Amino acid sequence: MTATEGLSLDDISVLLVWTAIAIYALAFIAYTIDLSRRSAALVEAQDVAVRDKELVAAGSGESVAQLRAQESAAEASLYARGSARQRLLFARIGTTLTWLAFLFHVGADVARGIAAERVPWSNMYEFSLTGTMLIVAVFLTVLFRYDLRFLGSFVTGLVVLLLGSATLAFYVEITPLMDPLKSVWLVVHVFVASLGTAFFALAFALSVLQLLQARRERKVAAQVEPPAGTVVKTGPRFVRLLPGADAMEAMAYRFAIIGFVFWTFTLIAGSIWANDAWGRYWGFDTKEVWTFVIWVLYAGYIHARATRGWRGTRSAWLSIVGFAAVMFNFTIVNMFFKGLHVYSGLS
Amino acid sequence: MSRSRSEADSEPLRPSDHVDGVAVSDDRRDGSGDITQPRLGFIGWMRWAWRQLTSMRTALVLLLLLAIAAVPGSIFPQRTADPNGVTQYFTDNPDVAPILDNLQLFDVYASSWFSAIYILLFISLIGCVIPRTKHHWKALRSRPPRTPARLARLDDHIVSEIAHEDDPDKHAQDAVDLAASQLRTAGYRVERYDRRGSYSVSAERGYLRETGNLVFHIALIGVLIAVGLGGSFTYTGQRVIVEGTTFVNALTDYSSFNPGRFVNIDEVSRYSMTLDSFDVTYQDAGTSGAGQAGDFSANLTTQVPGEEATEGSVRVNHPLKLEGDSIYLLGNGYAPTITVADADGNVVYQDSVPFLPQDNNLTSLGVVKVADGLPEQVGLVGFFYPTAQALDTGAFTSIWPDLVYPVLTLNVYAGDLGIDDGAPRSVYTLDTGSMEKLTGTDTDVESIELMPGDSAELPNGWGTVTFTNEAPEGSEGYEQSVKRFASLSIHHDAAGPWVLLFAVLATLGLLVALFVPRRRMWVKATTTESGIQIEYAGLARGEDPILAAAVAQMARKHGDALESGK
Ligand code: HEM
Repeated sequence: MTATEGLSLDDISVLLVWTAIAIYALAFIAYTIDLSRRSAALVEAQDVAVRDKELVAAGSGESVAQLRAQESAAEASLYARGSARQRLLFARIGTTLTWLAFLFHVGADVARGIAAERVPWSNMYEFSLTGTMLIVAVFLTVLFRYDLRFLGSFVTGLVVLLLGSATLAFYVEITPLMDPLKSVWLVVHVFVASLGTAFFALAFALSVLQLLQARRERKVAAQVEPPAGTVVKTGPRFVRLLPGADAMEAMAYRFAIIGFVFWTFTLIAGSIWANDAWGRYWGFDTKEVWTFVIWVLYAGYIHARATRGWRGTRSAWLSIVGFAAVMFNFTIVNMFFKGLHVYSGLS
Repeated sequence: MSRSRSEADSEPLRPSDHVDGVAVSDDRRDGSGDITQPRLGFIGWMRWAWRQLTSMRTALVLLLLLAIAAVPGSIFPQRTADPNGVTQYFTDNPDVAPILDNLQLFDVYASSWFSAIYILLFISLIGCVIPRTKHHWKALRSRPPRTPARLARLDDHIVSEIAHEDDPDKHAQDAVDLAASQLRTAGYRVERYDRRGSYSVSAERGYLRETGNLVFHIALIGVLIAVGLGGSFTYTGQRVIVEGTTFVNALTDYSSFNPGRFVNIDEVSRYSMTLDSFDVTYQDAGTSGAGQAGDFSANLTTQVPGEEATEGSVRVNHPLKLEGDSIYLLGNGYAPTITVADADGNVVYQDSVPFLPQDNNLTSLGVVKVADGLPEQVGLVGFFYPTAQALDTGAFTSIWPDLVYPVLTLNVYAGDLGIDDGAPRSVYTLDTGSMEKLTGTDTDVESIELMPGDSAELPNGWGTVTFTNEAPEGSEGYEQSVKRFASLSIHHDAAGPWVLLFAVLATLGLLVALFVPRRRMWVKATTTESGIQIEYAGLARGEDPILAAAVAQMARKHGDALESGK
């Protein structure tokens, strides 16, 4: 890998990464345009309906009936498949661009792996590279089943942010693995953890939207008869495109439990590995502590969903806190906390 | 809607504040309109407290507390994981450290508050699981509940009509017979509820969901018990072993040994191990990661009494399993062979002394204690540099971890080694408090510098010290001139396999509990004037995203079968 040979495989990988980031950024723009265009159109249509029927004074916001109608329409399209789906120009552009960027992303990941002659997830830079790739992979796969294109902005935005900053801040040259990392468990444990993270990310996004939607539902329900001319603020406009809070909660829960199963497996696989490498399966090392904390938080979330008084808004907060802990574990704990897991590759 | 008896029986038992829970006496009391609580006796209070402890809300709050309580252990150094870090913390923050220590923040996971949380959680868990298990045991043999009178009220409901037949009653019965057998094949438990003119099958599936849930929660108790008891049956020991020497698995041969409470020292397996060689590779200079050591391998010959000697190796991630023990590689380094002779040339000391590595290039520090044979007790404190390079100051440093240009420097101390009183002293440190420094800075004599094979005079004409070259006769370079040592850790972990077993059971239980749908399904055939009407309906018990699809599929399959059966 001397400079005279021109571009090394790793250089190519980095080029592919930046190309992918650029295309993800375009996808983000397309998805965002889609959201704003659709919500503008929807608000317009609702206003027209209101004016036509002269139900209430113009501009006073939506009625409960409108909210219901909109939400059930959004729910129906959530489950629509194939040709039954809404044909949304900018959302389609967004998805196409995401696919394209994803191909570059996979190329970058594979090139890095070949250049390093091992799995490309053994330092911070590589965790980020592979982890974000899995987030996109899960998102694109899920799209076949549910029309979650309204999450496109979130997913592409998150990936641009994470991948971009990882490439700027965490990039390290390929170095040979340290002995403790030479294990099949590196392959399994880290991969499954990233996969779990991808599902938690989708659950997180849906939980945030659920909270926004729940607020809107509350506000709309509360406006008994608003004085003419007042505009009731019900949150960002795009919330009007989304399914009801309950439907999003159910969807978030579905992703969270898949993430939870992967996380449980991560915990166990990590213990087996720790037992091989360090001679004990559990030692409350910082990284172990945080993996455990995250596991317990999501167990709490699952319980909250089944506890009277906790289903809904409160449990959504737990899903949000859980994902915040996942991100904290990946960034702050890896970089600043002292422990045995010193594999960030940053010194 | 009043629940029929069989319906309540087949429902999993849940704490009263579960979202699907049936309000029990607790709530009924509140709902009675009576604001003052009825007076409870002691038993009543205990019952009330127990119900609180085993409620969903308590479990949830305890889980969240557990998560929060675990965090400080990642912020402050812990005595178990990082004792040196704790000492350092006390030095750096002398004011705060004792306060934190009083709050048990350096022993979070053994602290009274952390223990209180998880013990309460597990009492709650046991209190929750036992009645549910009993109930589920009965539910497993209960019959699916009566078909609701008006299936059309259910969300997932499909109706189909079949035109008049000569004997509608019989056709209705046959259709339901067929549905029942289809449902049974699909894993449903079925029960017929027939009346004149209206025949139906009530089916239920997914009891496994509750079974999985119970297995999951019980396995968690198993994990806790295995971890808790396991420590008492576990021992760990450490031992440093130099190439060519042998170690016997007996208490006296360990440098440290930590048995659990119930370990019987006499039953520790007997075997011996000889370190034949220690391998390590270094990344070549000029590549990325140059000098990084890897592929460590301690190659051992092991001997179990009464068996053939076998060869094995201990590598990182690949402990050697022997007689139920696991042998791990903890560290490694150089053990220069040092020979001391008196003025007459009699050897008074000879040993390969493990030197502890101080940096990545294996600059290593070691101590030699010569108790007898010289006019006074002598201590040698030395640095070993596998590839030495002189700094501007005249001191050495090692610039490469392999043996390219090995140099040993020694300073000589004379006086009282402090080993005669029998108190244990570390072999890696020299207490120079009551000794006189004879060479090096602050003395007139230069420190001793040796390369393999070299000898030097001890001060005062006391004799000589030799850095013995261990390389076989006729070999070139310094590659084999110094022996290596491996530090091994021997573990006997009685609980590990049990913990793993319960963890795997928990995972399996979890998969079943989360992904097996639990639902009811009904197929009802009613005779009408124009023929028979068949209704299909489903009801989810818990999360069931595919219920609608399941009902539609049932209707299609049944319709097709009826069609082809004609
Ligand atoms: C050690 C602490 C605990 C952990 C880690 C834990 C974890 C979980 C998880 C992951 C689930 C979802 C899996 C499933 O649905 O079967 C669950 C469900 C459940 N847990 Fe726990 N649990 C704990 C303690 C408890 C306690 C103390 C209770 C009793 C109050 C309890 C009652 C339940 C119930 C009733 C469900 C079913 C929820 C539903 O219907 O969806 N758990 N628990």
